[in-house]
Amino acid sequence: MTNTWTDIRNANLILVMGGNAAEAHPCGFKWVTEAKAHNKARLIVVDPRYTRTASVSDYYAPIRTGSDIAFLGGLINYLITNDKIQHEYVRNYTDVSFIVNEGFTFEDGLFSGYNAEKRTYSDKSTWSYEKGADGFAKVDPTLEHPRCVFQLMKKHYSRYTPDVASNICGMPQDRMLKIWAEIAETSQPGKTMTILYALGWTQHSVGAQIIRTAAMVQLLLGNVGLPGGGVNALRGHSNIQGLTDLGLLSNLLPGYMTLGNDGEQDFNAYITKRALKPLRPGQMSYWQNYGKFHVSLMKAWYGDAATAENNWCYDYLPKLDVPGAGYDVMKMFDMMSRGEVRGYFCQGFNPIASLPDKNRVVAALAKLKWLVIMDPLATETSEFWRNAGEYNNVDTASIKTAVFRLPTTCFAEEDGSLVNSSRWLQWHWKGAEAPGEARTDVTIMSEIFLKLREMYRSEGGAYPDPILNLNWPYKIPHEPSPEELAKEFNGYAVKDVTDATGAVVAKAGQQLSGFAQLKDDGTTASGCWIFCGSWTEQGNQMARRDNSDPYGVGQSLGWAWAWPMNRRILYNRASADPSGKPWGPDKKLVWWNGKNWGGADVPDFKPDSAPEAGMNPFIMNPEGVARFFAVDKMAEGPFPEHYEPFETPIGVNPMHPKNNKVISNPAARVLPSVWESFGKADKFPYAATTYRLTEHFHFWTKHCRLNAIAQPEQFVEIGEVLAKEKGIAAGDKVRVSSKRGYIVAVAVVTKRIKPLEVNGQTVHQIGIPLHWGFSGLTRHGYLTNTLVPFVGDGNSQTPESKSFLVNVEKA
Amino acid sequence: MDMNRRQFFKVAGIGLAGSSLAALGMAPTPAFAEQVRHFKLARTIETRNTCPYCSVGCGLVMYSHGDKAKNVAQNIIHIEGDADHPVNRGTLCPKGAGLLDFIHSPNRLKYPEVREAGSNEWKRISWEEAMERIVKLVKEERDANFISKNDQGQTVNRWTSVGFLAASAASNEAGYLTQKVVRNLGLVGFDNQARV
Amino acid sequence: MALQQIIAQSATTTTPSSIRQVDEVAKLIDVSKCIGCKACQVACSEWNELRDEVGHNHGTYDNPADLTSDTWTLMRFTEHENQVGDLEWLIRKDGCMHCAEPGCLKACPSPGAIVQHANGIVDFNQDHCIGCGYCITGCPFNIPRISQKDHKAYKCTLCSDRVSVGLEPACVKTCPTGAITFGTKEDMKHHAEERIVDLKSRGYENAGLYDPAGVGGTHVMYVLHHADQPALYNNLPNDPAISPMVSLWKGITKPLSLLAMGAAVVAGFFHYVRIGPNRADEEDEAHHDAAAEQVEKKSQDTSVKTFDPTKR
Repeated sequence: MTNTWTDIRNANLILVMGGNAAEAHPCGFKWVTEAKAHNKARLIVVDPRYTRTASVSDYYAPIRTGSDIAFLGGLINYLITNDKIQHEYVRNYTDVSFIVNEGFTFEDGLFSGYNAEKRTYSDKSTWSYEKGADGFAKVDPTLEHPRCVFQLMKKHYSRYTPDVASNICGMPQDRMLKIWAEIAETSQPGKTMTILYALGWTQHSVGAQIIRTAAMVQLLLGNVGLPGGGVNALRGHSNIQGLTDLGLLSNLLPGYMTLGNDGEQDFNAYITKRALKPLRPGQMSYWQNYGKFHVSLMKAWYGDAATAENNWCYDYLPKLDVPGAGYDVMKMFDMMSRGEVRGYFCQGFNPIASLPDKNRVVAALAKLKWLVIMDPLATETSEFWRNAGEYNNVDTASIKTAVFRLPTTCFAEEDGSLVNSSRWLQWHWKGAEAPGEARTDVTIMSEIFLKLREMYRSEGGAYPDPILNLNWPYKIPHEPSPEELAKEFNGYAVKDVTDATGAVVAKAGQQLSGFAQLKDDGTTASGCWIFCGSWTEQGNQMARRDNSDPYGVGQSLGWAWAWPMNRRILYNRASADPSGKPWGPDKKLVWWNGKNWGGADVPDFKPDSAPEAGMNPFIMNPEGVARFFAVDKMAEGPFPEHYEPFETPIGVNPMHPKNNKVISNPAARVLPSVWESFGKADKFPYAATTYRLTEHFHFWTKHCRLNAIAQPEQFVEIGEVLAKEKGIAAGDKVRVSSKRGYIVAVAVVTKRIKPLEVNGQTVHQIGIPLHWGFSGLTRHGYLTNTLVPFVGDGNSQTPESKSFLVNVEKA
Repeated sequence: MDMNRRQFFKVAGIGLAGSSLAALGMAPTPAFAEQVRHFKLARTIETRNTCPYCSVGCGLVMYSHGDKAKNVAQNIIHIEGDADHPVNRGTLCPKGAGLLDFIHSPNRLKYPEVREAGSNEWKRISWEEAMERIVKLVKEERDANFISKNDQGQTVNRWTSVGFLAASAASNEAGYLTQKVVRNLGLVGFDNQARV
Repeated sequence: MALQQIIAQSATTTTPSSIRQVDEVAKLIDVSKCIGCKACQVACSEWNELRDEVGHNHGTYDNPADLTSDTWTLMRFTEHENQVGDLEWLIRKDGCMHCAEPGCLKACPSPGAIVQHANGIVDFNQDHCIGCGYCITGCPFNIPRISQKDHKAYKCTLCSDRVSVGLEPACVKTCPTGAITFGTKEDMKHHAEERIVDLKSRGYENAGLYDPAGVGGTHVMYVLHHADQPALYNNLPNDPAISPMVSLWKGITKPLSLLAMGAAVVAGFFHYVRIGPNRADEEDEAHHDAAAEQVEKKSQDTSVKTFDPTKR
């Protein structure tokens, strides 16, 4: 989230799209009901289904799953055409004036630089700004240059007329226009809309681009950085934000640093490429400090072994030979199915339930030599070898995988911190002992490591250096305490740390108070630079419990600790106009008081940089401003374009009906064995979407009696019209099948899903909740992801679980 | 008066006599105190925690029996929202409100187990055995398939024949230590639920 | 324990002396803020240590399918298309209304099995319950259920244990969106007025408070977007009243000697009451039929724990 849960109350308008906040995040959704009750806010819900969120909305419109870019692109066109943009914000805080490289084109659904054979943009060089002799990007403040970002954007989205958008989305045009008009009102400087989304946007082959389009809308409206605004990802798990921050992803290191690739053999080049210099005069471009963050990480990991001479152990880190996400989980399971992956660990992860195409995933696991499960609960993955009849029809004896199942503690049985969706690091305390012989993940990982290290020490083996030299300073080596680990990721002074004047700001051994103290000379260590400030010499900031909100705008700066540097709303400099005054009396957050920046939040800005200095609010971007034009950051191109889901009910991209190469995302990776597993509308005519229910949490709460009672049995949702056509009554068992398999579930027949008119045909949508499986206290059922295609977003490789094709029959 | 319905009909006369006596104002002074339901949290320990489900990060108060004395095993008997928490302000959703049944789920794992190749059952093993076997398998595989240099002779130090999925419900401390260990084995096939 | 002071008991005409002035409490359920998440359902069961059977999905979101002796509150979902053709998903938390004139208490023949506290809470004392089921008959909202385990009647207590120590009921505490609030009845009425103003500003011209006079008002009230049509909300009675038969029974039994009255007579009498009209309003005939059917169905479905004394 750019903003925080409590800040939602400051919104004038709330758009919930690509998510169902009332269902999945009820206690955060409370701030929507607060905004409605006490800020006269209106709530708009756009969703294929009339959801629990829709049930308390002021405006609802149905949309065909996977068509969100058409809706949002149409909205961009509407805002520009009707001049409903926050001009001063857009002009000053975004890249609209930047001039784009001359070779940049968009024709027939493709941007310049596409390599059809490789299905990727192998040449992104034209996706860039024209630079002047001074090395800075050229701009045209009049916005009249035909290649300035504003003109290119205007042209790109001029094709998304209301007719076109309505035709693709299947949304009645009057509702669409009514909603667009409501949204357009928040272009007034003192009004904000917040956007709340979740996996309803990410789980598409164009997921990341949907979210970009939403961000573009918010920038046009001047809604980013303001109270009650922002683009807010409502994340799924309790610490999914924290594990992302800590870089537990295939291509990441802590703090959004990235692993080098094979070509990056030179350490300095690796750093320089990431330490981006400002693209405009006077801008901060905070990633310039990459070297400080990276060297501090290396010092935390390797201690004395990391020296300037050995490039701080740069060689210890694995390098990637695969661009983008690298060895993401779908790629790994694909390799597993070919016998290229032989051992696997699942720590609190249930891949046969969570990954797409369950049958493919189970077949891959069966190729493993060994599998290690660490979990508090008996997951399906730990028993993928068990024949559970139709729910998991495998030949147990032929599965030669040895499976180790290690019991772990749950939240109640440990101390530690979690990062919520608002980036708050909150400490929690142990309230009971673990059951039986269960151990913490920390203990298990430590024991594995220490035993391995002992073996490498005594008998040698492949490249033992990083293992032998890993810094392990814990008082009880096989059981590092949460306090020790938290202090390490915060960071400490290795030697006395001095500031620019030479004064000592932290003595050797002391905790650092923030990432501004980090150095690239080996005098500081920090395991995760963005968490620096969470455990200082003043103690554990994550355990703070002062909930006062002195300005009354939902900013309790004394509660827990938020990264970065306890800032609660990102880009909050943009909450004030260029002269440093808040955009409106209700939107006061941080402002210039003549000497420095201050207010209800910690400024996300250089605190003493006067407005006249011209530093812009988006300090992480080398441009200093927010980007409409994504330069080379995205796989599909600098401007989001509508592409159909890989399984499309209409078989054509209405934006480009003549080019069948761009029906679906032309830059998404499709693994060779996956093409044949896609179904077509002739046999699988209905658009399906999967989701979770408020009564359950993924595949955990089916093990909890109270939740099993509240939602006991697998069901699917079918609209009344289709149900009547197929002779299905509420309570009947139905069989839902995709090209990849089938499930059988109870039919909930509902008025809440209506057939949509899309591109001249009627599209029915089927809703498929995902909480059941072959273990647990609920009635057993099928793993819903049996149906989902094994293809992901072009950038993140997040599976397209929200949009695929099925058939439905009475069972 | 403690009787079931059948007894009531058997002794209806008496029962009705009782009620009619009451009707005539002859009831004995009722023990009103007994009508007050017992408040079960009067002597419990409170521990603050955070809900482990979604990312709202609701504050919890866990109530447990046992006063932390040496001879007592603490047992959590009730969980409700932390009213001080700025986001949830004491509220919990149906998942959070049912957390007690997660802690005490009959499907909690309690002992290390192994399912041997081709077997149809779990076998309980000791932690020692589990760790010995796992570490041996890890080292065998790493030593056999670790890639120090690629075809061009570049130093890559990666290991792709083993993968690791981390838990996005694990604490930062567990996540950080996991990252530290996993990366230093050279693993690149490493993700958490943020990927899906 | 002033909040727990008892002002009425079943089958008893005496009231305890020296009642201090106690504010009446109320739970206000704002249906327009409810998202049907069932947190209240789960919190209720958690607090009260109830674990119902794991049931089935019957083609709706409603689960369990009905109130039972182990499910004291539940969400009832109705898909309603309004006059302009827009869909509304009306979700109502069902459970005991804690009537000011409780039909259950009036109907109950067992002294002290049902009590009414000065703060308005109507509570069952299972130690005194004889499982006759007359409370079900007396209830215009069809709330109490007889347990098949111990043959005693159960329903929402408004968490009288929590209220007695100054806490709100478990469902109120947990409600994520603030759709359920708790306080003095006066404060809740005031809060409802504000909500009604807001709802009217959003086009719900008939928004209003449900605090039905036919039962003397209730200590569980609803804010409804369509207060003119309570029945839209899964047959919430438009104008609930205690069955005249219950009043009649009380009328007969008080002057007459109860010693003379045989159990069979009572049972037969109540059989009539159970299947006869239990609402005074003629407009409710249709709903009544549906309700009667429901009662019939329940008695055939062993998973639903209601008890009919005539079918032993």
